[in-house]
Amino acid sequence: MSGSGAVSPVPQSPTWSTRLRARPWGGYALAGFVVLYLVWSLAPVLIAFLFSFNHGNSRSVWQGFSTEWWTGPGSVFNVAMYHDAILHSFLLAGIAVAVTVPVGVSLSVFLSRWRGAAARPAGLLATLPLVVPELVLALALFFLVTKLLHFISLGTPAQVIGQVTYILPAVVVITRGRLASIPSGFEEAAMDLGASPLGAFRLVLVPLLGPAILASAIVTFALSIDDFVITQYMSSSSATQSIPMVIYNSTRGSATPALNASAMVVALCTILICGAGYLVYRILNRREEIVVPEAPAEPSGLGPAVGEGAW
Amino acid sequence: MRARRYLAALGLPGIVWVALFVATALYALIAISVGGLDPILLTPVPAWNPLHWSASTLQEVGTALKPFSGSDWMVFQRTVIYIAIALAGCILVGYPVAYYVAIRARRSKGIILALFVAPFLVSYMLRMLAWVGLLSPDGWINLVLEHLGLMSGHQPLNWLSGRSVTVVCALIYGWVPYFILPLYASLARFDQRFLEASRDLGAGTWQTFLHVTLPLSKQGILAGTVIVALPMFGDFFTNALVSGTASTAMVGSLINTYAQSQTDQGLAAAGAVWLMALLTLLLLPYLRSSARATAEVAR
Repeated sequence: MSGSGAVSPVPQSPTWSTRLRARPWGGYALAGFVVLYLVWSLAPVLIAFLFSFNHGNSRSVWQGFSTEWWTGPGSVFNVAMYHDAILHSFLLAGIAVAVTVPVGVSLSVFLSRWRGAAARPAGLLATLPLVVPELVLALALFFLVTKLLHFISLGTPAQVIGQVTYILPAVVVITRGRLASIPSGFEEAAMDLGASPLGAFRLVLVPLLGPAILASAIVTFALSIDDFVITQYMSSSSATQSIPMVIYNSTRGSATPALNASAMVVALCTILICGAGYLVYRILNRREEIVVPEAPAEPSGLGPAVGEGAW
Repeated sequence: MRARRYLAALGLPGIVWVALFVATALYALIAISVGGLDPILLTPVPAWNPLHWSASTLQEVGTALKPFSGSDWMVFQRTVIYIAIALAGCILVGYPVAYYVAIRARRSKGIILALFVAPFLVSYMLRMLAWVGLLSPDGWINLVLEHLGLMSGHQPLNWLSGRSVTVVCALIYGWVPYFILPLYASLARFDQRFLEASRDLGAGTWQTFLHVTLPLSKQGILAGTVIVALPMFGDFFTNALVSGTASTAMVGSLINTYAQSQTDQGLAAAGAVWLMALLTLLLLPYLRSSARATAEVAR
């Protein structure tokens, strides 16, 4: 019997295999925790959705099913405050995407390709809003607009400026992550072959940046729709209320379930738009894997590294 | 040469944008905080010229925030305590989730990630609105407590009237996805072979976790903590929705309240400047360790 111990040089090995067999329980506990987390994180929203179908004025007591807050006279689509806010939210998000993406992407190209002193301070300034609480940035922009740049009026123009400034760092982080994996030799080769700088940008860089541009657009849209603090500080009157502002202003009051419905309209549209965008993103990425098989799997996706890549 | 000019032209709009709306805006904030008051309207007047700076507003807010004796010291203390507990909660809830999705999950990964991203597409305000409904005196939380017999004989609890528990839980609920995301990104990037090596060297699951996984996820935890701590310091809306009472007010609520009144906007600016100074101090160690980590990766 004593000889068999010498045969096995790793005495821990049986212990390890026992642990391996015991592991699933720990794994199940962890998986259970994740399921609980997902339920905790999503169930309240689903319940709020359910309450938009409440038969009655309450947002907390279930009084039976009805669609009055979706179709009736007091519904989202018939109360001016709600439908105006929904439209305003989407208007702001549309303009924010149209401004942030081109400005952010071209700024990122400059920041990652420019060999000169200007790139570093510009890069720091562009990502500074990441480390400033939104409230501070909102106040700063509010004072800028009301005390210095009087020609910019509070309301839609100021709200767009605020949102773009707030979202720009995310676009810069996403695009620079992608640019880091595209050698600058590609554009130089294009120019050596006779392309103009504009042609090199349009024919080489833009297609390669496609997924990053799309990801930027999705993230910009989602951040703009969700934004509250800056949109609130830059607003002028009830005419420039976005949905998060309406929720903030009426949640503690006696608003009807139409409030839930209005929030859900925006949420569902956002999920649809961003989901569709993500599918296109997947297709773009897959096509590229076929063309450039050795392309590094850069996590330039939906911004998991936002904030980290800034430094 | 032409290429260089072209590149400059590409960068110009963005540079002008951030110079104007980041740099000048932050300067405007400072100029207000060191400015004076309009003698008639009593509204703040910015001091653009550093020679005209006056520290009186900053001093006024500084005195109010002064440790132990200041009138707003309680608010500051409360802010730090709430945020500390909320951050601990974010780590306790968020770490296992990020760890599981990044390292353990196999087939279920896609669906978990999709469900996990959902809160980002549903606005923060809607998620708070949902809880306000559940936590109302006649809401489902009290209903459940009643059914479980935990409230026998008591009045229905009013969760939404100045309870610290509610505010801290709402902060955790609101911000934990933002904590998990960078942590997940950092955990997903790390080399699984470290785990195999640790196992091959005889370490058990716990030992591997304590001596390999946890030290390697330090940077991710730190990044997540910074990403949620910064907005929490400026958060006034969570508090306003689930409490709305002065007894749970945080620094963000204070600044927001000042900003609502024309004549107190100078105090809001000074508060924001103090907050930025404090956050810069808190951020320095993180920036340094992050720079070191980046430098290591770059080598």
